[in-house]
Amino acid sequence: MQTDYIHIILADDDEDDILFFTDAFDELKINTKVNTFKDGVELMNYLNKEESLMPNVLFLDLNMPKKSGIECLTEIKACHKMAEIAIAIYSTSASEEDIEKTFVLGANIYIKKPSDFKKLKKVLSEVVSINWQYHTNSLNKDNFLLRL
Amino acid sequence: MKLFLKFDFNTISKKVLEAKFDELNLKYKVLGFGEVELIKKLTEAEYTALNASLNDYGIEIVKSEKSILVQKIKDAIIDMVFNENTNVNVKSSVYLSEKLEHSYGYLSNLFSEVTYSSIENFIIIQKIEYSKQLILNTELNLTEIAFKLNYSSVAHLSTQFKNTTGITPSAFQRIIFKRREIAQQKTN
Repeated sequence: MQTDYIHIILADDDEDDILFFTDAFDELKINTKVNTFKDGVELMNYLNKEESLMPNVLFLDLNMPKKSGIECLTEIKACHKMAEIAIAIYSTSASEEDIEKTFVLGANIYIKKPSDFKKLKKVLSEVVSINWQYHTNSLNKDNFLLRL
Repeated sequence: MKLFLKFDFNTISKKVLEAKFDELNLKYKVLGFGEVELIKKLTEAEYTALNASLNDYGIEIVKSEKSILVQKIKDAIIDMVFNENTNVNVKSSVYLSEKLEHSYGYLSNLFSEVTYSSIENFIIIQKIEYSKQLILNTELNLTEIAFKLNYSSVAHLSTQFKNTTGITPSAFQRIIFKRREIAQQKTN
């Protein structure tokens, strides 16, 4: 009996990306429950609602309309209720400066978006399984940094 | 006079659960028969209180035999990594099978089945966690940390750190210290 699952939220304005991500999650051995949002405003509205389930891990596209990934990250980190969420930022940029800045702002995971589906799947499966360890073993999230 | 009652067990169980969870001020959603989703993770004390309070009604929080043994494996590993007095000179496979009285093959298969990760991998994660703590909270340098954690060399620790986290130990330290600085500025 495996009733435990990992709750994932994905915020991305690109429909192809969303499809790739959800397909990749479906193929994981770990049970996942995925919610998707098309932009930063939609995402923050959900997270700010009293009765919303907080995700275990949140995948944030750095470039989104209305509210960018960085803005969402800053808001989330300022909110006590959302402190437990592991935040994975992904972007096509891999500049050292961007990466360090996102980590300093409180992101836990930085993913340089791979170009093909196979690699993406591998990366996501790694993120979810490591995050699963943090989630099930109450490891210290303040020290959780992962770059892929 | 006699009353004849008809029970709807589903509703009763749901009401009991709601009352219990409300009483302890826990945020929850009843998902269906025998399943409750908690919005926040329970602390040890909350879990004990909840368990006791549910037991009054003959409700038990189900834990499978397998997950209990897996928890024991994890505890043994954490003890092995973090506690210097249990620092063992034998291989971790020997240590675990002796301590838990099962063959390593059995433990290893069970562990992978339940946690989606291997024992070896879990040991590495824990060692890196410990090294993170030491990097942040002690004055030890990386060479001393490598020695403390039984790595054959500082290069071995650095490589494993980078492979596991994607960043180097010094970048890790820099980022966390910067975060702390910012947090400090906010409180001032």
